[in-house]
Amino acid sequence: MLERLLIISAILFCIGLYGVLSRRHIIAVIMSVEIMFNAVNVALVAFSRYTVPAALRFPGAGTDVERFVLEGQTLAVFVIVVAAAEVALGLALIIALARRRDTIHISDLSTLRR
Amino acid sequence: MAFDNLFSEIVFWALAVVTIGSAALVVHLRSIFRAALMLVVSFLGIAGIFTMVNAEFLAVVQVLVYGGGIAVLVIFAVMMTRDVDTGNRSTAVQPVALMMGIALLGALAYSIVQAEWAVLPDSLPGPIATVFVETPTQLGRLLLSDYVLAFEVAGVLLLAAVIGALSLVRERNDA
Repeated sequence: MLERLLIISAILFCIGLYGVLSRRHIIAVIMSVEIMFNAVNVALVAFSRYTVPAALRFPGAGTDVERFVLEGQTLAVFVIVVAAAEVALGLALIIALARRRDTIHISDLSTLRR
Repeated sequence: MAFDNLFSEIVFWALAVVTIGSAALVVHLRSIFRAALMLVVSFLGIAGIFTMVNAEFLAVVQVLVYGGGIAVLVIFAVMMTRDVDTGNRSTAVQPVALMMGIALLGALAYSIVQAEWAVLPDSLPGPIATVFVETPTQLGRLLLSDYVLAFEVAGVLLLAAVIGALSLVRERNDA
């Protein structure tokens, strides 16, 4: 079960990587980055659900289990927050660029100033 | 718990196929607008996968933040730019990118399959099973106790992002 979820996560991550490297439209690149973020979240949630937390493998590790069991989901929450901030800023940059430079193809945007 | 019968297997594989298929369409479709719609489908599929692995809170957040907020932002940005219909072409490095993607996928798949994971038993031990019964409660408690500093920093980050985005897209009268 863990392996299937990790394989799905790996496939999504590689699709995102391919999109980031190969697309010409800059919004397509942003969307591919989002796919990669989601792939990482799937892996985090899968690990959180199906693996034994390291702190629990040793006897006498403590009683508050949820602190260790839900670590992956907590990290996924923060990944979502950072991804949202990244998209907001990235799309604002794209709109500002499109206004100033009149192009959104990344091969035309290899330098930041004219 | 999920995955104990044929029905949940079918649902899981359907979600996986929809998610991966629409993600592949995002990087394949010519029209940026259609690619953005496929991206939303992929996000919703991932939300479905989250519900099947006891991450109900994350599934709701996924629908709200990705399926709602980020989808609207992306489609809005698509509307603001040109070359929407044919813009999603590939660059000259596309074969190299394809090779790198396949190579990374092969390496990841190999290491995932041959690794020996310390997997939880199918019937979860008592204390862990109770955590997964009420994930949102436990997650909320964790976010406001152990991870409260990171939680506050995330709030400041979002505020900074909003202010930064506003100042970036503002029309300047003097320019």
